[in-house]
Amino acid sequence: MSDYFTVFGLPRKLAIDGEALRRRFYELSRQHHPDFHHGADADRQAETLAQSALVNRAYRALRDPLARVEYLIALEEGREVREGATDKPKAPRELLQEMLEVQEALEEAKAEGMGGEAAARLRDERARLEGRFEAEASAIVARSAEWDRLVDEGGDRQALLEWFKQRLATRAYLRTVLDDLSEALGEREEGHVSHRRH
Amino acid sequence: MSRIVGIDLGTTNSLVAHVEGGIPRVIPDAEGRALLPSIVGWTPNGVVVGEAARRQLARNAARTVYSVKRLMGRGYEDVKDELARLPFPVTPQAEVVSIRIGDREVTPPEVSAHVLRALKQRAEAHLGEPVEQAVITVPAYFNDAQRQATKDAGRIAGLEVLRIVNEPTAASLAYGLQKMAEGVIAVYDLGGGTFDISILRVKDGVFEVLATNGNTHLGGDDLDQVMVDWLLAEIRTRHRADLSGDAEALQEIRMGAEAAKCRLSFDERTVLTIPFERFTYRRDITRTELEALVDPLVATTLGPCRQALADAGLEPEQVDQVVLVGGSTRMPLVRRRVEELFGRAPQSRLNPDEVVALGAAVQAQILAGGITDMLLLDVTPLSLGIETLGGIVSVLIPRNTTIPTLAKEYFTTSVDGQATVDLHVLQGERELAKDNRSLARFDLAGVDPMPAGMPKIEVTFLIDANGILQAQARELRSGKAASIEVKPTYGLTEAQVEQMVEDSFTHAEADVDARLLIEAQTEADTVINHVERALRQAGSIATAAERAAIEKALARLRVVRAGTSRDAIRECTIALNQATAPLADRMMEAAIKDAVTSKRADQLLENS
Repeated sequence: MSDYFTVFGLPRKLAIDGEALRRRFYELSRQHHPDFHHGADADRQAETLAQSALVNRAYRALRDPLARVEYLIALEEGREVREGATDKPKAPRELLQEMLEVQEALEEAKAEGMGGEAAARLRDERARLEGRFEAEASAIVARSAEWDRLVDEGGDRQALLEWFKQRLATRAYLRTVLDDLSEALGEREEGHVSHRRH
Repeated sequence: MSRIVGIDLGTTNSLVAHVEGGIPRVIPDAEGRALLPSIVGWTPNGVVVGEAARRQLARNAARTVYSVKRLMGRGYEDVKDELARLPFPVTPQAEVVSIRIGDREVTPPEVSAHVLRALKQRAEAHLGEPVEQAVITVPAYFNDAQRQATKDAGRIAGLEVLRIVNEPTAASLAYGLQKMAEGVIAVYDLGGGTFDISILRVKDGVFEVLATNGNTHLGGDDLDQVMVDWLLAEIRTRHRADLSGDAEALQEIRMGAEAAKCRLSFDERTVLTIPFERFTYRRDITRTELEALVDPLVATTLGPCRQALADAGLEPEQVDQVVLVGGSTRMPLVRRRVEELFGRAPQSRLNPDEVVALGAAVQAQILAGGITDMLLLDVTPLSLGIETLGGIVSVLIPRNTTIPTLAKEYFTTSVDGQATVDLHVLQGERELAKDNRSLARFDLAGVDPMPAGMPKIEVTFLIDANGILQAQARELRSGKAASIEVKPTYGLTEAQVEQMVEDSFTHAEADVDARLLIEAQTEADTVINHVERALRQAGSIATAAERAAIEKALARLRVVRAGTSRDAIRECTIALNQATAPLADRMMEAAIKDAVTSKRADQLLENS
């Protein structure tokens, strides 16, 4: 099976023009969508169905800058990437101290029945972590150009790959903490579930 | 290839449409009516569908099934709260609920098949050729079981369902054919029983759905029910009558409430008159009163709208156009709430009752190869996952993924020599399996005996362009295809559907002529019934001459009703309606306006 970059005729690089990607997605869809192969025989129909599914999944993975990095890592490591994995990510070492403090704030707030000052502190804590969560995303996107340059120059990309992995892991972990905090505060929105998939 | 029609199988009304000369058109019945009420009645003479069934809603309440779409693909637990309100008996089975009609159990797909068959016959009569293939629309938020049930209904009706299309998306296709401006479109679809919101990007002829959300149990029916509860309470205090257990009275109240609701979309106030055997209930109702009653329900549509926007990664002000679909969007309150949310006036240039059927016809034409510049890219509304250890769901395909799509997952055995592996497939957004919708249990059989953990079984979950799941399994070491037996949690098995298709042939539906005769007879029965009641209740204001004329027309209708001439029955029915017209006018003046004959009541409804 061809990889998603190949499906779109792109090099394995992170800078992708969103508009161009969408135009290509529409072109490929016109080529492969089952709607346009309705009269074909069963084998041909099964083939277009599989091809169309591949195009759709490829577009989904490549259109979002973070999902793109995640897919790239899996590809470089020869793994199959799966969206929506529910395995809870482990706390990265750099976050341990902070997480202990969050945990403490959470216990206090629970002891006070999730009201009053402790709950307010918990909300502050959550806002701060939201900020970090967004910062992780910006940091990853910011170093994407570096990856592309290494590809062009044929440089060693292993260190950067590891760095991307770590940032993504931290971000995934922050997401679960944020969800848990919101749930404890009774303010969890369904929308947060979708964030975890990005 | 034979012609493909587009069908909107609605909660309240259904329509069939086709593309003619590049323009989608609704196919009317012989009387020129576009809407077929989605109501099926069992009479001693046979099965009646549509208007004829609607007329006997109150009189034959236990054998007249309406809003069956709400029961499609549903289990008993899903619908038990509303069963008490339904006048027809629903058998509480865990998997597929069914309706008891006499000594027969009829499943929701079979009821819907009657509606589809009537539309098929209508199209065949209009086009003068057999119609065997169709595109059928469903609410975008329908889950796998509800889609499958709709497909089953088509098959039972003798239709090959080439595509299941989402209603809001179909509507956007109909608008798209009108060379709608490109950009981001929000389609807000509030119908008789379901609510959908879909956010699309339209560009270069591609209709790309970005996100969809909704509630498959929220629509005009629910607004009516709020009114019914309110009226029941008032009748209890004012007339000291508890009508909550009286199926016929409940239907009268429901129909009266619905008609008043519709009138209040155009008038600021209306008179609600419901004649019962012992008394006539009458009250003025204002739009403000209605809005206060239903606003909490209308407000619940806004959450899904916000969620869909969030999933599409858009703010309300990034939406270029808001389109309204579904009869319930005629309510000024709904328009106001939508406008408040999106910050722009919604539009409904195309008839909100017809636009979905028109779009289905467009999609049919795309499949037939007649339209090549338009392409619809839809999404799956709910996340698909499998149950893992501890009852946790592992998501394989997230909601709002463009379809068709697929996901592969690998399984192994946990015991030496284990020959089968069970999988539990679910749909929904919750973390725990028990909180989601169970779709099916898969049995992977024929695994070669190996030590635990050795087999590697690859299962491919594929959601096709209909939004329906297909699964395939393969043992990777041997390369053998593993057999996969799917036990749908809330659906008919292949064998059951096969049996129903067969039954529908052996119980050969009355042909078109026979059906029209049954409808005429049923209508005659209804008119006779109404006139008899009107004479009892208001006979005193009739002159002797009027009375004699009515009695004479009534007697003639009774005679021809016993025969088999459809034309004679129809003529005499019309004659009786005419004979009662002067009396009806005076009764109206006496402010009991919609109580005389069903014809009169219908005209009022249609004019409102």
